[in-house]
Amino acid sequence: MGIRGRVWKLGDDINTDLIISGRYKYDILDIKELAKHTFEDLDPELSRKVKPGDIIVAGQNFGCGSSREHAPLVIKALGVRAIVAESFARIFFRNAINVGLAAIECPGVTSIFEEGDVAEISLEKGIIRNLTRRVQLKFRRWPEIIYKIYLAGGLVEYLKQGGKLE
Amino acid sequence: MSGMTMVEKIISRKVGRRVEPGEIIVVKLDYIVAHDGTAPLAIKVLEELGRPLYSPEKTVLVIDHTAPSPSSTISNIHSSMRKFARENGCIFYDIGNGICHQLMVENHVLPWMVIAGADSHTCTYGALGAFSAGFGSTDMGVAMATGSIWIKVPESIRVIMEGELKPPLSSKDTILWLLGEIGARGAIYKAIEFTGGGGSSMSVSSRLTLTNMVVEVGAKTGLCPVDGKTLAFLEEVGRSAAVNKLSPDSGAEYVDEILVDLSSLEPMIAKPPSVDNVCSVSEVEGLEVDQVFIGSCTNGRFEDLEVAARILKGKKVKTRLIVAPASRRVYLRAARSGVLDILVSAGAVVIPPGCGPCPGRHLGVLGDGEVCLSTQNRNFKGRMGNPKAEIFLSSPATAAASAVAGRIVDPRGWS
Repeated sequence: MGIRGRVWKLGDDINTDLIISGRYKYDILDIKELAKHTFEDLDPELSRKVKPGDIIVAGQNFGCGSSREHAPLVIKALGVRAIVAESFARIFFRNAINVGLAAIECPGVTSIFEEGDVAEISLEKGIIRNLTRRVQLKFRRWPEIIYKIYLAGGLVEYLKQGGKLE
Repeated sequence: MSGMTMVEKIISRKVGRRVEPGEIIVVKLDYIVAHDGTAPLAIKVLEELGRPLYSPEKTVLVIDHTAPSPSSTISNIHSSMRKFARENGCIFYDIGNGICHQLMVENHVLPWMVIAGADSHTCTYGALGAFSAGFGSTDMGVAMATGSIWIKVPESIRVIMEGELKPPLSSKDTILWLLGEIGARGAIYKAIEFTGGGGSSMSVSSRLTLTNMVVEVGAKTGLCPVDGKTLAFLEEVGRSAAVNKLSPDSGAEYVDEILVDLSSLEPMIAKPPSVDNVCSVSEVEGLEVDQVFIGSCTNGRFEDLEVAARILKGKKVKTRLIVAPASRRVYLRAARSGVLDILVSAGAVVIPPGCGPCPGRHLGVLGDGEVCLSTQNRNFKGRMGNPKAEIFLSSPATAAASAVAGRIVDPRGWS
C-alpha cells in the first residue's frame, strides 16, 4: 500500500499538549471543529496550511505526554496520511494505529527530508522515498497484527470485521 | 536461566508461564480506569463494538479532570458518565472524591495486580508493586468489552537509591533529578524499578511520586518492591490483605542501571517548557512567581500538604497559593490534623479534591506572562490553560517556601 504526500517537518518531543491543548479538548466534542486547533501552540497557522494527503516527518518521542486519543484523531481529521518519526511515545503510537492513522518509526528520517519535499511510503516493503531529492530509507515493517488493524481502519473496525487480538 | 525483574514476575504470574521482555501477550486486567477526559471516547468505542461491559466490578470511572464542571458542555459529559455508570453498575466516583490515581491506590490497587487506565499517569500504581500503564480510549473501550489488553513485556532499567534524602528534600527532587539525568526519552517503552536502601526507607506516598513521573521519561511503568511499608500503607487505608512480597531476583537482567546517592541531591526544579529541562533550585533562585499550585496526582497527598504546612505555619504567602488535596481522604485528614487551618491561615485557596488547574481547564488558569510554580508533573507550553504562561515544577517544600517568598527559593532553612 503506497502513501504519497507533501512533507511537513516537526521537531523532537512534540507533546500531546502541543498537538491539541487541554483548554479545548474538554469543550469541543466535534473532532473536525477540534482539529482547527491542532498544533496551535506550536504554530497557530499550521492546521490551516496542512492539506489532506500530507505527511508529517518528526523527530524523537513524537506524541509524548498525555494519553488523550484526541491527539491522533485531530491529526487524522486534518487529512494527514502518515506520521513518520525518529521515535514515538508508546501511548501515542498505539492510539494512532488504533484510530487508523499510520505511525511509522524510521530512524534517520529527519535527515533525508526538508519541509515541502514529497514522500512516498511503502508499508509492505518498509521503504520511504524522498521523491524530491531521490533518496530513500528503510524502516522496520509493522508486525502483522498492526498492519491488519491499520488496513481495517482502526481497532474498532478490525474487531467489528471479526479480527482477533490473539 | 536468569532471574526475573519485578515486571517480568508480575506478568508471568498473571499469564501462568514465564514471559520474556519483547514478547507480546494478551493479559486479563484486574482493573480498568478512565476519567472525564478519556471515558467518553472509551464508552463510545464500547457502544460502537455493540458489546456489554465485560466486568462492571473491575471498571472504575472517575470525574476528576474538570470537577466540578466549569461549562454546560462538560456538565453534559459528566451526566453521560453518570448514566453509563448507573446503567452498567460499574464503580463510579463523582466530583469531590479525588484524583483517579489516588482513589485507585487508596481503594483498589493491590500488589501483583495488572491494571490499565486511560490516563498516562496510570503508571503510578507500581509504587504498590502492581503493573499498571496508561493507554488511549480505544484500547480502554476494547478492554471494557473484553476484560483484556495486549501488551509488550518491557525491558527494565534499575534505579538504585542509596543514602537518605535530607529534609526538606523529597522524592520529587529525586525524580526531577532522574529526568535531568536521562531526559524525556530516556526510558521509552521500558519499566523503571526503584530499589536500594534509600527506596526502602521511603514512604508509599513518596514512592507514588516517583512512579507517577516515570511516564515523563517515556517509561511504560515504574515499580517499587512490596515490603513492610507497602503492607502498612494498605492497613492504613483499611485494606490489610495477605499479600506476597515482591522484589527483583538477584540475577535479573536490566538494560541499564542508575545509581544515585540521595544524600547528595539538591532541591531540583524543571524549567519550562519541558519536564527534562531540569536544574537545581539555586540556579533559578529569585525568579518572581505569580501562582503556586500544591496538588495533583504527583504531590497532592497528606505528606505533601503536611510538608507545606510546616513551612507556611504562622506566615503569609506573597503569591496566589492554590492547594488541591488528592482525595477526600487526604482532605479530611488535613482538616482533622490542623494542616488545612495552617494553609488557609497563610492565605492558601483550597480547591476540591481533583486534578485542579493541572490539565488547564479550570480552578487556576494562568494569565498571559504569568509564572507558576507547581508540584504537578508537566510543564508543557499551554499545559495550565495558557500558552503565554510559564510553568516550573518542584517539590511541595520548594513550592511552599517560594509562595512565602514570592519568588523561587531554596526550601532549606524555611521549615
